[in-house]
Amino acid sequence: MELLKKLVGWIDERLPIIDAMKAHVTEYYAPKNFNFWYFFGSLALLVFVIQIVSGIFLTMSYKPDAQLAFGAVEYIMRDVQGGWLLRYIHSTGASMFFVVLYLHMFRGIMYGSYKQPRELLWIIGMILYLALMAEAFMGYLLPWGQMSFWGAQVITNLFSTVPFVGTDLAILIRGDFVISEATLNRFFALHVAAIPLIVVGIVVVHILALHKVGSNNPDGIEIKKHKDANGHPLDGIPFHPYYTVKDSLGAVAFLFIFCAIIFFAPDMGGYFLEYNNFVPANPFKTPEHIAPVWYFTPYYAILRAVPPMFGSQFPGVVAMGVGTVIFFFLPWLDRGKVKSIRYRGTIYKAFLASFVISFVGLGILGTLPATELYTLISRVLSVVYFAFFLLMPWYTKIDKTKPEPDRVTSK
Amino acid sequence: MAENVDHSKRNLLVAASVAAGGVAAAGAGAPFVMSLMPSERAKAAGAPVEVDIAAIEPGTMLVVEWQGKPVWIVRRTQAMLDLLGKHNDDLADAESSVPQQPEYCNNPYRSIKPEFLVVLGVCTHLGCSPTFRPEVAPPDLGDKWPGGWFCPCHGSRFDLAARVYKGVPAPTNLIVPPHKYLSDSRLLIGDDSKGKA
Amino acid sequence: MMNAIKKLGMLALLMSMPMLAAASEAGVHLDKAPVNLGDNASLQRGAKFFAANCLTCHAASYMRYNRLADIGMSEEDIKQLLPEGSKLGSTMQASMDPGSAKLAFGVSPPDLSVIARARGQDWLYTYMRSFYADSKRPSGANNLLFPGVGMPNIFAPFQGERELHVENHEGHETGKLVETTPGSMKPAEFDATIVDVTNYLVYMGDPSSLVRHKIGYIVLGFLLFLFILVFALKKEIWKDIH
Repeated sequence: MELLKKLVGWIDERLPIIDAMKAHVTEYYAPKNFNFWYFFGSLALLVFVIQIVSGIFLTMSYKPDAQLAFGAVEYIMRDVQGGWLLRYIHSTGASMFFVVLYLHMFRGIMYGSYKQPRELLWIIGMILYLALMAEAFMGYLLPWGQMSFWGAQVITNLFSTVPFVGTDLAILIRGDFVISEATLNRFFALHVAAIPLIVVGIVVVHILALHKVGSNNPDGIEIKKHKDANGHPLDGIPFHPYYTVKDSLGAVAFLFIFCAIIFFAPDMGGYFLEYNNFVPANPFKTPEHIAPVWYFTPYYAILRAVPPMFGSQFPGVVAMGVGTVIFFFLPWLDRGKVKSIRYRGTIYKAFLASFVISFVGLGILGTLPATELYTLISRVLSVVYFAFFLLMPWYTKIDKTKPEPDRVTSK
Repeated sequence: MAENVDHSKRNLLVAASVAAGGVAAAGAGAPFVMSLMPSERAKAAGAPVEVDIAAIEPGTMLVVEWQGKPVWIVRRTQAMLDLLGKHNDDLADAESSVPQQPEYCNNPYRSIKPEFLVVLGVCTHLGCSPTFRPEVAPPDLGDKWPGGWFCPCHGSRFDLAARVYKGVPAPTNLIVPPHKYLSDSRLLIGDDSKGKA
Repeated sequence: MMNAIKKLGMLALLMSMPMLAAASEAGVHLDKAPVNLGDNASLQRGAKFFAANCLTCHAASYMRYNRLADIGMSEEDIKQLLPEGSKLGSTMQASMDPGSAKLAFGVSPPDLSVIARARGQDWLYTYMRSFYADSKRPSGANNLLFPGVGMPNIFAPFQGERELHVENHEGHETGKLVETTPGSMKPAEFDATIVDVTNYLVYMGDPSSLVRHKIGYIVLGFLLFLFILVFALKKEIWKDIH
């Protein structure tokens, strides 16, 4: 014990490990009133680690080669010892990552976590979200099934709608006139090396920014306003042991659901692993019905909802792009005096509810074939979706808010 | 910190949770470690190999692949066999006391039938594949050379029973893999189980 | 309390998303395949039928013969299925080479390793029972579920030859298959055989499914135990907080 203390002391003189532990774990004061919704930040980190580790082991047996890729996945599923488990962990992890991210983002919106002073924290988080969408999209090409191939074909073709440079841009992204081995190889490099490196960096920055401004809480009030004699927030508690143990509990519950899917429903009814992706990629035959993986479908539905204008699909692509990027502007669109939904008025609540309905509804519609009726519903929901953002400066201003409490309330 | 905390209960719960969490982590690690073992494809490729040995000319060697490694099958002439006992003093392990061969090959010829030697062509020093030099007393190997193998990497020498000489880097005789005769002319390498093949 | 209800409602909405989508997917009628991966005898009969009939033209090139030990086949049983020149660890290749198969049928017969995952068990079960004689097709056969299919009716010797009779009920055309010459199997016997084949194809699509569920129960059981433990720990530590 004495020896261990000496060793830690020796290292700490050369590397500030104790300071870092204090700043980010044992003496990071988090509000004591975190509820269910505050699990998803740490869970996102957990899933990220799971994806990195399972991804590294999958890379050992995968072959980024158009002739071999599909077979390499089946090789992992059948011939590699325990390979099926690694593959199901990774494929389930991809979908669960987005489940966790969407709930984490919704939490941020619901409790106004993007508002001053956490604007930059929100923007960094949004960059992470976009990076992870790119990561998921490129990873989805690697099994080299029909959905991999045609999904990538459709998405890269979106870039070709850009006026003037579109065709060349799409070719630049694919490295060929269609999705081909060149595309597979570059997506592999980006998926296993480039984007994960970037994501690791942004995750660190995200946490640093969080610990600079401090966590928001379900009441949306600043706990730093009331401090005790030691300078610690009265309503704050050290992250360790209180939230390490609470988040561990959340992690075990999450892993229970995660493992239930892995072991009993890894396809998740065709939503986590699509049936058509068990047919090898065939550049000459498009499957009858193609839809992106479920976590992209809300944006895909927006894309399809916008009719072509001036003989170009570009407006739809722009709408889809704006639909994702618009989250960045939330800190400045929201003119409300309070942060949390608990003290907002009816108008805001109605808009938020209609936003959730539109997002989920678009998500469902994006998986379905575009019939006339569905396109009409998609258009209505797209309008609702954008109304939530574009009308926000107006309705948050006129909304009747309740007074915020001085100190955090429990539940 | 609150007063009246039952520290023994708390410590017990911490220890139990950490232990159970450790078990969970070890369990989660199992498939990852397992995935590093040879796959079914590698095992299929390393499956026993059947060889027809009738066509091997006396005094020559046939090389076949088993588990990705070269296996030598030498059809030794009577003259070669006669020379085997004559240089035991120069060998490091003439009696094959180090178990580098299955029990049924622990004899002066290191083989089931004296005529056919089956041995892994991998030097026991650092894994090079030695060169077959069956001729007696060639100029470069000296006039005491009764025929055998010479490793080009670090100069280890082996006789025609694949026994290592003294004073060379290789520490032990070459390995005799498990094998059995399916018939007089058919040999199965990699499997020596009794019963039908 | 209201909050909790709202949360649950929200979660239910999110969870119902795939189900809503599935419910709205219209399609042709498929017969339900009574697949049972726990039935080794059925899986073995399916494997034998598959090796004797399907592997003539189709391959299952990700499936190794020795894997059949999973479904309780001994080395001796497996060896009887092995084609000339194959080893126990070999993958299942078609006896016909892919080039001449393409010439004969117009399309290369697809690899069947993961066909059950791509098509679904009910589709396969219905498909294999929906062939009929059609002199307009080069193969002399057609399929109700897959019109214009390239595959000849290899099931005719077992099921018997059948013809399509189109009946007109008040403007609704319905196709009905009528037996013209009987096969070697009675209808119920033939259906049971196809259940075996479907069962085998489902197993082959994901051989891990045999062990997956068993491991799954252990994993979930342990996580439940861990949850209770950590729950108690959390309760204990959070006593500090007022």
